[in-house]
Amino acid sequence: MMAAATSELQEIRRRAAESFETRGYPTKRDEEWKYTSVSAIAKAQFPAEAPSLTGNSLRTALEQHPGLIEEHLGRYASSEENAFVALNTAHFEDGAFLHVPRNTVVEEPVWIDYTAVPDRTTHPRNLIVVGANSQVRIVERYRGSGRYFTNAVTEIVAGENSVVEHVKLEEESAQSFHVATIQVHQARNSNFKSHNISFGGLLVRNDVNAVLSTGCEGTLNGLYLATGKQHIDNHTALDHAAPHAASHELYKGILDGISTGVFNGKIYVRKDAQKTDAKQTNKNLVLSPGATINTKPELQILADDVRCTHGATVGQLDEEALFYLRARGIGEIEARDVLIYAFARDVIERIGIPEIREYLEKALFERLVFSRQSSGGAL
Amino acid sequence: MASQLSSIETLANQEYKWGFITDIEADTVPAGLNEDIIRLISARKNEPEFMLEWRLKAYRHWLTMEEPTWANIHYPPINYQEIIYYSAPKTNKDRPKSLDEVDPELLQTYEKLGIPLHEREALAGVAVDAVFDSVSVATTFKGKLSELGIIFCSFSEAVRDHPQLVKKYLGSVVPPSDNFFAALNAAVFTDGSFCYIPKGVRCPMELSTYFRINAKDTGQFERTLIVAEDGAHVSYLEGCTAPVRDENQLHAAVVELVALNNATIKYSTVQNWYPGDKEGKGGIYNFVTKRGKCLGANSKISWTQVETGSAITWKYPSCLLMGDNSVGEFYSVALTNNYQQADTGTKMIHMGRNTRSTIVSKGISAGRGQNTYRGAVKILKGAEGARNYSQCDSMLLGDKCGAHTFPYLEVKNTSSSVEHEASTSKIGEDQIFYCRQRGISTEDAVGMIVNGFCKEVFRELPMEFAVEAQKLLGVSLEGSVG
Repeated sequence: MMAAATSELQEIRRRAAESFETRGYPTKRDEEWKYTSVSAIAKAQFPAEAPSLTGNSLRTALEQHPGLIEEHLGRYASSEENAFVALNTAHFEDGAFLHVPRNTVVEEPVWIDYTAVPDRTTHPRNLIVVGANSQVRIVERYRGSGRYFTNAVTEIVAGENSVVEHVKLEEESAQSFHVATIQVHQARNSNFKSHNISFGGLLVRNDVNAVLSTGCEGTLNGLYLATGKQHIDNHTALDHAAPHAASHELYKGILDGISTGVFNGKIYVRKDAQKTDAKQTNKNLVLSPGATINTKPELQILADDVRCTHGATVGQLDEEALFYLRARGIGEIEARDVLIYAFARDVIERIGIPEIREYLEKALFERLVFSRQSSGGAL
Repeated sequence: MASQLSSIETLANQEYKWGFITDIEADTVPAGLNEDIIRLISARKNEPEFMLEWRLKAYRHWLTMEEPTWANIHYPPINYQEIIYYSAPKTNKDRPKSLDEVDPELLQTYEKLGIPLHEREALAGVAVDAVFDSVSVATTFKGKLSELGIIFCSFSEAVRDHPQLVKKYLGSVVPPSDNFFAALNAAVFTDGSFCYIPKGVRCPMELSTYFRINAKDTGQFERTLIVAEDGAHVSYLEGCTAPVRDENQLHAAVVELVALNNATIKYSTVQNWYPGDKEGKGGIYNFVTKRGKCLGANSKISWTQVETGSAITWKYPSCLLMGDNSVGEFYSVALTNNYQQADTGTKMIHMGRNTRSTIVSKGISAGRGQNTYRGAVKILKGAEGARNYSQCDSMLLGDKCGAHTFPYLEVKNTSSSVEHEASTSKIGEDQIFYCRQRGISTEDAVGMIVNGFCKEVFRELPMEFAVEAQKLLGVSLEGSVG
């Protein structure tokens, strides 16, 4: 526990502990967890430890500017709605803290890098506060080795007129459990972009939620690649709480082996959120007969002057596109790789950090080749 | 009506025959639900032993179930012990003597829908002794059908005259244990329709309960069973566009369809029960379980529904696509105005190879109406090459209503392809302006645009229904603009 925690923060943490105590881990009976069983996580019971990270420590920051942190920490991610947020809020020991003052443009992307060790539970807790008229790009990366459980929560406050881009790279080990919530609060006229990339982990669950104020633009993009027995679950929620906001969402999944992909995207348009423009797309590419995909795009609309659409598709590689490539002398394996790559690139090329784009393109190709060599699959 | 009177007479005689002595009126049972009531219903209907057993089993299972709460609808708790579960068809003396005694607002609606005068009387429940056109039409139709070997009768008659068929198919699609309301229906259903199309027969006309004169007053727990044998083809219409006078608040009907090899069943519904007044008081709760089973190869089941009535509509006409190459379709228009709520959609369960399904759902919300589309598309492991296309569009008229979409897509087979699209929009001011410029009133313009929005579904309706449905939308939307 953090020594410097102020009484109000202590109260939030105590309530979170209480909330988890009474409700425990979610089960498949919870609509939010209908397709994802976390019993393996509950059973594992790895001892908790402070996370090891590179980046500004939240623990240190709490000692230096308690007021600033007190104002935001634990105020956005809801312990009542998500048991893992409650668990994190109650038990986190450290994480990253980033504060961008008003009218500041941060040129270089800010990196937050976590490396997990075997047989441990960590509760990384990140707080990112971006002042009015500021601009910043953040990369949050999770890696590790062996079996372990990472339960991360990131709260992002995008101030008025700010432009914030956030990339989450989940590259956990093949046996690990990873649960993460990204909770975004967007102030007036802010522009927020999230890129949620999931490659690793045996059991992965991401919750990305954004609340939009007047004039905001929110973008949630995601890419998930699952092979072997991997289970990757992405839940997103865009809450149009005020008028004149626009949101765009594109999630793409590639599933191989006997993996499972889950997507649930919610768009809420509150009563007064007129002139909302929301678009959500989920596309899934299923490469092997054993893979499963469950997708549930949801719209809940309580205002009339809005434009909302969502679409979801599940399909395979286009036979005609394959034929086209093969007719031009490209081998079958390479042709498949090209099509899979093109499918994923759609998400990758939207990332505004060139080095991350390059890194991901390379990583994607490596995974294609590696997966084929090791298992005969295409991923 | 002669046949109705005589059936009451038979019922009365039967009571004595079975030795039931009760001190209540001959044609009702006391409110409440217990095994004795079910025994009484079964006995009144002179049912064979297997039916009673079936009902009791359903009832015992119902007792262990809880009322579901997951739907996006709100209503005060229902007291199941306050409901009267059986009442025989009304005698003429309870009915209004003439149209003068009928609620004038109802008559106005009939006028707007352009319903012929004598049909208005029948719909409003006026006691009519004279044999009017539709009755004689019905008799001619019945003769024609029996020539072809088609059985089309009330459920009670079917239990009496074709127990083997009923025994074989009853509950085979919607088992009594399926859900809370299906169990309740199985325990207490009083009547409904039964339809059997023999091998290779193409039913020459649209079958409709409207032509089955004894279909009236089947009560709130209706049960319909349609079986199409190999190569058979039938189109069935349920309900009618005119608002139907009805005192029962809870309607928990069950519809089962069975399509064997190469058979086609088309089931169209127009539902316009009393939606409650402008403040949301009263109105029917329509909690229905409808499911079709494409048992044979190349079979097809198509649901088309236009739901404009009821205070609450809660139903998901579904298809179990078991036979290879079978096809399921669902076309729906749901309109909610004032305080109406609708949570409707479909389930397409793909089990056989190369099964295909199409879902087109149009939801219109006006006033304080809440409209929810909830649908599931499941592609199971064995459903090689399955395909689904879903589209659900919502239209909002006014800023106090809501539209919600909850599609569930579960895919366990890679050779399949699933597409889902949804959109929400409103009527553009420019569209209204365009119409107004050309001398069309705002109300008519809205009607036109809404009808255009629903065109894809109306196209699936049988001709005469489609025309009426268009008018019906206009009437239901009244007062929601300007």
